[in-house]
Amino acid sequence: MQSGNVNHMEYLDGMEALDSDIMEKVLGLVNQYNYQYYTSKDVERALMKDLLTIEDYAAILSPAAMPFLEDMAIKAKNKTKKHFGNSVCLFTPLYISNFCENHCVYCGFNCHNKIKRGKLSFAEIEEELKEVARTGLKEILILTGESRHKSGVEYISEAVKLAAKYFSTVGIEIYPLNTDEYFLIKASGADFVSVYQETYNTDKYEQVHLRGPKRIFPYRFNSQERALLGGMRGVAFGALLGLNDFRKDAFAVGLHALFIQQKYPHAEISFSTPRLRPYINNEKNNPNDVHEKQLLQVMLAYRLFMPFAGITISTRERAGFRDNVIGMVATKISAGVCVGVGGHKEDEKGDEQFEISDPRSVNEVHQMILNRGLQPVYTDYIRV
Amino acid sequence: MSDKLIIGGHKFQSRFILGSGKFSLELMNAVIENGGAEIVTLALRRANLNGQENILDYIPKGITLLPNTSGARNAEEAVRIARLAREIGCGDFIKLEVIHDSKYLMPDNYETLKATEILAKEGFIVMPYFYPDLNVARSLVNAGAASVMPLGAPIGSNKGLCTKDFIQILVDEIDLPIIVDAGIGRPSQACEAMEMGVDAIMCNTAVATANDVALMATAFKLAIEAGRAAFLAGLGRVLNYQAEASSPLTGFLEE
Repeated sequence: MQSGNVNHMEYLDGMEALDSDIMEKVLGLVNQYNYQYYTSKDVERALMKDLLTIEDYAAILSPAAMPFLEDMAIKAKNKTKKHFGNSVCLFTPLYISNFCENHCVYCGFNCHNKIKRGKLSFAEIEEELKEVARTGLKEILILTGESRHKSGVEYISEAVKLAAKYFSTVGIEIYPLNTDEYFLIKASGADFVSVYQETYNTDKYEQVHLRGPKRIFPYRFNSQERALLGGMRGVAFGALLGLNDFRKDAFAVGLHALFIQQKYPHAEISFSTPRLRPYINNEKNNPNDVHEKQLLQVMLAYRLFMPFAGITISTRERAGFRDNVIGMVATKISAGVCVGVGGHKEDEKGDEQFEISDPRSVNEVHQMILNRGLQPVYTDYIRV
Repeated sequence: MSDKLIIGGHKFQSRFILGSGKFSLELMNAVIENGGAEIVTLALRRANLNGQENILDYIPKGITLLPNTSGARNAEEAVRIARLAREIGCGDFIKLEVIHDSKYLMPDNYETLKATEILAKEGFIVMPYFYPDLNVARSLVNAGAASVMPLGAPIGSNKGLCTKDFIQILVDEIDLPIIVDAGIGRPSQACEAMEMGVDAIMCNTAVATANDVALMATAFKLAIEAGRAAFLAGLGRVLNYQAEASSPLTGFLEE
């Protein structure tokens, strides 16, 4: 394990370095972004447009846009409807291991936390998959903690092969890989990759990622590009909102996705919006706090900036929030979720990364989608 | 009424091809009925065989299925999806879509042409979606396409006939059914395209995003029929210079 003195901006041995200028472009623009500078006029001008520029995106993410949430929501709903109709995709995550080599100060899985660690055997993975498949779901996201030693690429690749037997769409949310490793996982049956940068502020990133390979900022940043070069169809972006200045981080997420889409026009782009919940009754009003209003502002900004991108809403948020954002801004929703290791068929073999706020089953979420006049979609991808 | 739309030897009374991807499946019957549609497209990637919310379970018998290859990024993938559609019993019609641009969803004419060639040889009734380019359209004819489906505007944009002049060239020059696919945002635009001599309209978003989906299907049906009737009737002349002078400029001529 690397020591805390490792330079977080330099690659470690074995980490593939791409010749790409996207990180430089994103960080350059984010460093210049001063959201206090924008006024309601800038927001109004942005909301009149069909396609938003980077400046418009900066405006709708600013505090000046807060009084315009309703207008943004109306516009976002129209955009979502035009691009996705009334369809809402369903999926569930499956955690197959929670061993981790990183010390990230904000995370429940971090290597210093005394939690129950576990890893599913292939037989156990198959049982879990069968159990999930019984709910009717056709899309699954395979997750691990970040440990190349305990959950290596071969292990994940075998798990993906099993998943592809039961599901038409398989995604992975694991530690960043080299291009050839993404290629291997793609060949095993996964086509979508999620890697979240947590924060795009390199100083903050260094402060909260004390040890482990995750400390290396640029290697994580360039994951999506390596995944696409490795043949993946789609990549997901996100920041852990609230870890640092959420407006700047959300601005960076959008730019990151924009430049990747421009360089790889075929890539399917999606966003996730995990957040650190503010403490209730915290007397100090922290401007970095991401309450539901701020979270929605970020989601709406993603939608208006990239109307064609998928947006996923996780069970970190309460049912009432999730039900209202689908159709308006989110296009994919998880259901029947267990965030411990396994837990669908047998008891969990390892503890959870976070607590979920919406325990509803696939059937219940299905019914809710119908009740809202929307259409539950189980399969929206064909592997050829 | 002998005015039929003929695609690949199959005759249709209706000139409204309905896209199915963007509205609730339980509305399918009402939309098809109100729209009088005889052909309904479906994205094969949405076909959840033996699973929940399978679109194939919602399309009534007697309707011609037009599976599309959405999701295909190149000719090879499109060909594989088309073969899969045939295997699962969707018939020989295939709406060919080859797109590798996630932002504008613009069709790739070059890959589309390659796939048309292969699929036509395999006996598919190939209906390629493409950017209206006369040279490509001629090549599609030679490759064995059964119709050509030029876009009016980017998919889902509801912007109407942005490519009107180029579609008119296809109407004038290409001896296959011309079906405007994508971009039609309102019935009046569908009517306008039909007046120009376009043979049929394919539409999804404009119907799906209406407040009353079934009623909008009716509106499209009527607009398409009106446009077709106007085309067959022959439009009256439209003066595009000031007006006719009461004392003609040529009135001085004596012999």
